[in-house]
Amino acid sequence: MSMPYYVAPEQMMKDRADFARKGIARGKSLVALQYSEGIAIIAENPSNTLRKSSEIYDRIAFAGVGKYNEFDSLRVLGVRSADLKGYQFSREDVDARSLANQYAQIIGQTFTHEVKPLEVEILVAELGVTPAGDQLFHIMYDGTVIDEKPFIVIGGDTDTIKTKVAAAFKDNLSLQEVCNLARTALSSDERKLHASDLEVTLLQRNGSRRCFKRLAEDLLAALLN
Amino acid sequence: MEKVVQADDFSGVAIAGAAGPAMEMVKLFQLQIEHYEKVEGQPLSLEGKANQLSMFVRNNLPAAMQGLMVVPIFAGYDAHVEQGRLWDYDATGGRYEETDFVATGSGQLHASTVLRVSWRRDISVGEAIELVSRALWEASDADSATGGPDVLRGIYPVVASITKDGFSRVPDSDLASIYSVITTGVQQR
Repeated sequence: MSMPYYVAPEQMMKDRADFARKGIARGKSLVALQYSEGIAIIAENPSNTLRKSSEIYDRIAFAGVGKYNEFDSLRVLGVRSADLKGYQFSREDVDARSLANQYAQIIGQTFTHEVKPLEVEILVAELGVTPAGDQLFHIMYDGTVIDEKPFIVIGGDTDTIKTKVAAAFKDNLSLQEVCNLARTALSSDERKLHASDLEVTLLQRNGSRRCFKRLAEDLLAALLN
Repeated sequence: MEKVVQADDFSGVAIAGAAGPAMEMVKLFQLQIEHYEKVEGQPLSLEGKANQLSMFVRNNLPAAMQGLMVVPIFAGYDAHVEQGRLWDYDATGGRYEETDFVATGSGQLHASTVLRVSWRRDISVGEAIELVSRALWEASDADSATGGPDVLRGIYPVVASITKDGFSRVPDSDLASIYSVITTGVQQR
């Protein structure tokens, strides 16, 4: 019987992290930012049917980058758990923090115990009653949770995008301003993105129960300079 | 208690029968259609929603046999065919699509008679609201288990309209003026 090779745990974790990072970097990035009416999630996504960001609950949105089937099953899991919690207790008991922790558990568990880590990074955003109550959670491929404000960039080459967003970001930008800002940040020197390359979803503080809204392509095209 | 509740943006449920099971049924129904919309990324068709409600009514059959019957009406604006559609149910989950109008509950006979007499194909929203208010008045007059308006305390039936712009509750102030016309009419008979 042959003996399995010894692999140091450090090496094993490093290999997995490299693998996951590579998988994520192959995909396109997205940004989430606070703006005057709430939170905007803007993703580079040429597909009009396979969505990266979507509604989880009344005031909670989800967005994922990396492998589509992996973050989509996480999304469905989130919708199920949120709906169940809201039905069992009350709608106000559903919160992004507990959902983010739940995601972190699943992703972290998979990272250490499964053969292949999940090649995803996800964002859970909750709209507060006031901008101060807004929450943006960034969950990494290894289960690390970070809460960031006023904006988050997730995906492959985040450093470049982050620098561009940070340079232009201000509090209380209008919808048009954040869309243009994110478009510039996500575009590269060689390739300028257009409305058809972007997916924009919003959590709007407008008094209605379900705050999530998907911005139609023609409306987005009208907003972009 | 709300007997007419919004199911989603373009549909609503009106319930007659045992209040407890009815409210639970509506809560589960609202959850189910919103859950479907979020998971699938697009809303269920109106027919699909009507079918779903039918399943809930059928599941309530054992309780209905013990006397806790729930018989809802499901109504909504169908964006595919661009018109309003109506369904009523029996205790076994039987789903019947109605073309013009429908009434359910203990006072349904009286209410639907009033509707049958005055309903026209080209009735306006305002006229329809007046007509259902009158139908409820007559039903509550003739049937002890149908609730009518309590003008003294300002409590009115729950009336809602669903159009291509969505679901909207008729405000109590509108119902107050409709019922004051009806009561004045009755006094002058």
